[in-house]
Amino acid sequence: MSPNLTYVAVVGVLFAAGVILLLERSLTRVLMGVVLLANGVNVLILAGGRYGGPPIVGTTPEGEMSDPLPQAMILTAIVITLGLTAFLLALAYRSWRLVGHDEVQDDIEDRRIVELAERDAGLEVEDVEDDDEGTS
Amino acid sequence: MTALVPLPVVIPLLGAAVTLMLTRFPRAQRIVSLVALTAVLGVCVALLVVVCTDGPQVVAVGAWPVPIGIVLVADHFSALMLVVSAAVTLCVLVYSVGQGLADGSEDTPLSIYHPSYLVLTAGVTTAFLSGDLFNLYVGFEILLVASYVLITVGGTEDRIRAGTTYVIVSLLSSVLFLTGIGLVYAAAGTLNLAQLAGRLDALPDGLRLMLNCVLLLAFGIKAAVFPLSAWLPDSYPTALAPVTAVFAGLLTKVGLYAIIRVETLLFPGGPTRDLLLVLALLTMLVGILGAIAQSDVKRLLSFTLVSHIGYMLFGIGLANELGVSSAIFYVVHHITIQTTLFLVVGLVERYGGATALDRLGGLAALSPLLAVLFFVPAMNLAGIPPFSGFLGKLGLIEAGAAVGGGLRWALVAGALATSLLTLYAVARVWNLAFWRKPVTMRAAAGPLDAPALPRLMVGSTIALVVLGIALTGIAGPLFDLTGDAAADLLERAPYVDAVRGEGVR
Repeated sequence: MSPNLTYVAVVGVLFAAGVILLLERSLTRVLMGVVLLANGVNVLILAGGRYGGPPIVGTTPEGEMSDPLPQAMILTAIVITLGLTAFLLALAYRSWRLVGHDEVQDDIEDRRIVELAERDAGLEVEDVEDDDEGTS
Repeated sequence: MTALVPLPVVIPLLGAAVTLMLTRFPRAQRIVSLVALTAVLGVCVALLVVVCTDGPQVVAVGAWPVPIGIVLVADHFSALMLVVSAAVTLCVLVYSVGQGLADGSEDTPLSIYHPSYLVLTAGVTTAFLSGDLFNLYVGFEILLVASYVLITVGGTEDRIRAGTTYVIVSLLSSVLFLTGIGLVYAAAGTLNLAQLAGRLDALPDGLRLMLNCVLLLAFGIKAAVFPLSAWLPDSYPTALAPVTAVFAGLLTKVGLYAIIRVETLLFPGGPTRDLLLVLALLTMLVGILGAIAQSDVKRLLSFTLVSHIGYMLFGIGLANELGVSSAIFYVVHHITIQTTLFLVVGLVERYGGATALDRLGGLAALSPLLAVLFFVPAMNLAGIPPFSGFLGKLGLIEAGAAVGGGLRWALVAGALATSLLTLYAVARVWNLAFWRKPVTMRAAAGPLDAPALPRLMVGSTIALVVLGIALTGIAGPLFDLTGDAAADLLERAPYVDAVRGEGVR
């Protein structure tokens, strides 16, 4: 069975758009990115199964049935994505309530350590300069 | 005795439902969750005994025949992981109950804590038991959703910031995992692990490598393997002490569990082994160098957590029996020790009012008990001889040396260096927080006496420290057990036959 080209193209577009949005700073955009990615994956799973008539005994001959398993998996994935979207929205809202924006922030402790390191490096440079003055 | 298999999943989920209904009665909530997790521990121990005597146990959920329905499989490896995780979750629950009681539920305020914690446990056990790739994904999602709630519990600014990073990275890894599942299904037409083991072998090498890499990428994020590990030290330390402890102990190990399953059952002998070895080396060294730079105990421990993931990857990458066996032993050791250390740091934070190294001091004189509780697992983590950390590292190094070759020797050297640097990192914490003169901290804390530590918190920490020491005592039988588990994993037949046998019935 060869995959349907439309599906493949749709998956590609959804993934590309999702990744670009995921790289944004605003949590709302990140959320949209995640939703697009999740939908891209759903289409991808759908494209992986056999297509055909409804998989119900009596309505379709067995050989022409579509594969019901990917559909079941997509259904599960959609439910999970729905829950996570709600959670991320709540997170963005809480962030906006607390700090007035929903941007994903840098880690403060990381910055502190970088500053420490820079200060240490700065001190060493100054020490060297002092020594130079002392000797010259 | 297959009736035991679904219980570790069902009991915590039922407990979660009951605790959710009992939100107005905190005391009843505590009793229900304690009873549920004690029952889970009992069932897991019984399951381990059954698996050791009768071989892998398989249950087809809902009595659907095997390739169609979902199977739960408990082999040596799963059963062992279940026992350790159940023991650790129970201890951490006791600790958090102690903390809640002592604080008048101010710091663990929400009635949502107990249900989320039980759902997290159910997710972990589901992941360990599932014999189906999609069910593994569902297990991951269950534990992740619960962990999103736990890491942001209380909704303070710090936790929202850290939680955002954690949630986004986890979501990305879930999307990648689901992509992998879609591709595997498209390529092989099944998701049952036992069936995949046969069908994937028949696929072209390039396709197998691609599938393997997508799955490794997804699990690598979860397990915090080096280039994908930056999220962990940013997000773990801000959560509540018991939450950080259980995350550090269990969540990365679930990722590792998945890596071990995929590498041994689905893609044995693939070219990814050398890749895993290189990643193991980088994870060990970069992680521990990060730990040395830290000035906060919680962050330092998070970095050692990342670093020691490298040891387990080392064993998996060797892919011989001793290597995998030692890796499993190391997983057991590391779950216990890393959780213990985070719990002790929770006690330190409570006692000294801080976790920043420049604000702590003299704890050894002020509270000798706390000092012992930190010292023993810290030495254990660094791999000082009588402890289990030493035995695990010894096994890995022996396995690496037995195979030989430049890359393996580089890893042996890297493992030794990491062990020494870990010793340096924990010794630094010891010197600054416990050993130096207590002046600075007392001045900061003011004239008030340090708060008494609640008995339940100390008791559960002691229990875990003792468990860590006991791992040395039972190291012989434990190594036999991990050896059996590794042999089963590498042979593949016991797992596949057990699941197929269920299909015939």
